[in-house]
Amino acid sequence: CRASGDEKPAKFQPPPKPVIIDKQKQRAERRFLSPEFIPPRGRTDPLKYYMERKDMIQRRRVFNIPEFYVGSVLAVTTADPYANNKSNRFVGICIQRGGKGLGATFVLRNVIEDQGVEVCYELYSPRIQAIEVLKLEKRLDDNLMYLRDALPEYSTFDVNMKPVSHLDHEEIPVNKLQVRMKPKPWSKRWERPKYNIKGIKFELPEIKMKEAQKWSQPWLEFDMLREYDTSKIEEKIWKEVNEGLKK
Amino acid sequence: QGLLRRSVSHSFLSYASTTGACRAIQKLTRVRVVDNSALGNTPYHRPPKCIHVYNKTGVGKVGDTILLAIKGEKKKALIVGHKMPGPTMTPRFDSNNVVLIEDNGNPIGTRIKTPIPYILRQREGEFSKILAIARNFV
Repeated sequence: CRASGDEKPAKFQPPPKPVIIDKQKQRAERRFLSPEFIPPRGRTDPLKYYMERKDMIQRRRVFNIPEFYVGSVLAVTTADPYANNKSNRFVGICIQRGGKGLGATFVLRNVIEDQGVEVCYELYSPRIQAIEVLKLEKRLDDNLMYLRDALPEYSTFDVNMKPVSHLDHEEIPVNKLQVRMKPKPWSKRWERPKYNIKGIKFELPEIKMKEAQKWSQPWLEFDMLREYDTSKIEEKIWKEVNEGLKK
Repeated sequence: QGLLRRSVSHSFLSYASTTGACRAIQKLTRVRVVDNSALGNTPYHRPPKCIHVYNKTGVGKVGDTILLAIKGEKKKALIVGHKMPGPTMTPRFDSNNVVLIEDNGNPIGTRIKTPIPYILRQREGEFSKILAIARNFV
């Protein structure tokens, strides 16, 4: 404030208006468009994808498909005619999300009684009755297939685990866990640069790691024909999906 | 392991391999016996292997009977899970699981700890006794 010593009294300055940070508006800033909405690169008529998206939006209006990523723990209840109570609940970590459009799938993995089990579910299948996200988080990779060759403790999740609450405006936590593997041989040679896996703690000797780099293809990142810029497509589809869901 | 696999990976995201009949159970596949029978659990220097599949095609899926060679004897067994991905919504196990059976369909063991797929309930008539000793279902 002004030091008292001025001859003229200073003009009354109103105090600065308080800035209210509306957390709800911050939530709207984080957009998540499910990866199956983005059409693959190709020469098919966009009308086909438009019609599929209409059906996907229609299904989403009736049934809530939550936002989740590869590495989050989900619990899925499906309708099964052969299960008791006709419904079947499976808890697992999502290791892969594949497929585009209505055939989008995700694979959940869990270890039950020392037996690793994986189930591939279709997101838009009418047999799915509920999808709950028990733990929303991301991992360092897009594809956690290496969990099959990792120690079973990294794939075990309690079937009766309580959902971990996640506040809307916060960013999705990235779990930087480095997984320890079973001794080789593995189902795929995960140390090779083509898989580009960051989430494994390789305990292999240096010679093996150097030998794996022989299969690196450093020219691939500069290949312009492989680029697929989805930002504009995503904007359009985001608007379309939002309008469809609001109705 | 030990079965031929051709890997198709045109894009970096397709980690699936495509083959003919593989990762399901056929002749000479090593299997894992999951019930608590003495024959299945006593260690032997050779793993139990499939020598015949009672099927039109020689490929065994969940619910098929196979002939197993265990400890120098021939025994029938029922497949309760395999490493091959099946139809969507069905579980895929990390090992080829098998339950030892008599010729008339009665299981030899008394308990099955590993999870069994619900698909087996479809043929409740043939597998009722095996489903009765199973504890977990997937």
